[in-house]
Amino acid sequence: MTVTTDSVRSALEQTSELDRVESHLHPAGSFDVADHEVPTGREEIWRFTPLKRLKGLHADAPLDGRNTKATWNAPDGVRVDVVTGDEATDLRGVSGWAPNTRFTARVLAEVRATLLVDVPADVEAGEPIVIDVEGTDADVTSGAHVVLRFGRHSKAVVVLNHTGSAAVSAVVEVVVGDGAEASVVSIQDWADDAVHLSHHQARIGRDATYKHAAISFGGDLVRMDANVTYDGPGGSAELLGLYFADAGQHIEHRIFADHTAPRTKSHAVYKGALQGEKAHTVWVGNVLIRKVAEGIETYEENRNLVLTDGCQADSIPNLEIETGEIEGAGHASATARFDDNQLFYLQSRGISEQEAQRLVVHGFFNDLIRQVGVPSIEQRLLTTVEAELAKNVLKDIGSLAAFGSDD
Amino acid sequence: MSKLVITDLHVTVETEDGPKEILKGVTLTINEGETHAIMGPNGSGKSTLAYSIAGHPKYTITSGSVTLDGQDVLALSVDERARAGLFLAMQYPVEVPGVSVSNFLRTAKTAIDGEAPKLRTWVKDVNGALERLNLDPSFGTRSVNEGFSGGEKKRHEIAQLELLDPKVAVLDETDSGLDIDALKIVSDGVNRFRQREGKGVLLITHYTRILRYIEPDFVHVFVDGRVAESGGKELADQLEAEGYDKYLKAVQA
Repeated sequence: MTVTTDSVRSALEQTSELDRVESHLHPAGSFDVADHEVPTGREEIWRFTPLKRLKGLHADAPLDGRNTKATWNAPDGVRVDVVTGDEATDLRGVSGWAPNTRFTARVLAEVRATLLVDVPADVEAGEPIVIDVEGTDADVTSGAHVVLRFGRHSKAVVVLNHTGSAAVSAVVEVVVGDGAEASVVSIQDWADDAVHLSHHQARIGRDATYKHAAISFGGDLVRMDANVTYDGPGGSAELLGLYFADAGQHIEHRIFADHTAPRTKSHAVYKGALQGEKAHTVWVGNVLIRKVAEGIETYEENRNLVLTDGCQADSIPNLEIETGEIEGAGHASATARFDDNQLFYLQSRGISEQEAQRLVVHGFFNDLIRQVGVPSIEQRLLTTVEAELAKNVLKDIGSLAAFGSDD
Repeated sequence: MSKLVITDLHVTVETEDGPKEILKGVTLTINEGETHAIMGPNGSGKSTLAYSIAGHPKYTITSGSVTLDGQDVLALSVDERARAGLFLAMQYPVEVPGVSVSNFLRTAKTAIDGEAPKLRTWVKDVNGALERLNLDPSFGTRSVNEGFSGGEKKRHEIAQLELLDPKVAVLDETDSGLDIDALKIVSDGVNRFRQREGKGVLLITHYTRILRYIEPDFVHVFVDGRVAESGGKELADQLEAEGYDKYLKAVQA
């Protein structure tokens, strides 16, 4: 078992109230920007991120630029609105969390408006709530605060769909009411020059289910922290991730499942593929099982498929256990190239090497795409994987009509 | 036509101590319509022969030749060999997670034929092949070989044999690990294939059991990387009675 205490402890600092653990690695959570030094890159939570490419978002870049356009749909009974003034102020920290980084503190302090998705108690949204964020200029920096509130026993899917060029730091706070069933899918399908630094913080109510899917394909630098805490026993979190890094791209995903209540569950599966010179992916999975968290279950898994030379995949699972009274805890991490035996098997059935590689990559992602569980974006994800493959694996043969949908 | 000719085949594998010769001059001709059984003790190189014919990258051909209907098989890539008409039913079929059996079969059939199969007849063909091998139609939605029982893996190999319809099939210990019912189902599948016009079969096995169901035209005893003795099916009966001891002693002597 890998236990990197420093990393879990630094991630831990963002939760207030509970038994705080002293750490020199990171300041305590605080809404005051002055409490957060500009990171140097030596900090545990920044050591993989190329700060120079963040366009100052980690430091003091202006957050009031106009570089995105957001459009959305609102199914019956669901409110989607940009709120300001006291209403927006009251929503800062609604996920029960205090900022643990300078950029998150700045977003909460400086960005005045909040994009609020409010699914009232007992409402079941008939269709996914899709918020399209289209970037218009990567040379302009901006900040965004988003709150997704799922009332008691409500059920809804929210898709955050990012495209175009922009440099954005974003805080997404998610409140999942008792017994609610919430899905949040965040797609980073940015243009090549985009920079996206984001923090998703969810508080999961008693017996509630939360599914979070982070899907990152495009952008020069994409970093997302997807964290959960539990507001009562019986809550369950499924944290999914799918990423595909091309030459020069930095895609970093961190999760932190902080088991703050008994009989809660977390299950994380992140899968990535890398291709091209200096494609770099980072996955850091932090799980903390606190003393109170008896009877919990956790499992985290990260798999990376390296398609070409010159790529780097960092994968670090951290599990810290403060009580032995649990149902189960485990993790797995694997980074590999194509399996020769798989390719041989497929080729021995007449399938060309490239077609075999394509099948293996699709297969690698297929289960995960199904688990995301939003039919309207399944086909899009398959198509995007196909387009990514076309850049390297399939570049010599173009598109083959032979590949059908997987039934 | 379907004539597989193996001539003085020498094959090595890389080991920590350098290359090690596994096949030491194999010569064998499988004429159209013939079934040959290759029998031998563990470690004699039987599977190496199968994988070398199919083109597994782990094995290096140092000399000799393999031709199918006069075409130089060794000059072809793995997939080209399959498209030329060779099929290898593997002893340990490989799991391909996330790729459904039906997608796999259709992709393979499309590759072998050079065009996509007609949808209506293809679905019927697949369901028929699965049914004859006592595999549930829902089998098509499962990932290739993932979570299959040993018997399911072997029956899936033979379903592929029926659907892909090669010229020559190499069956590598297809009988190992099968209970008697599964063995009969698999043997029936192989026999249906043999009944087709001009098909060749190279049946590699450790045990004589399967030869009760698939009757070979020729039996070869394979020891220490080469054919030690060839004969008719009566040779299998002799092996059943006497085992491989006398051949092994001859090698050690």
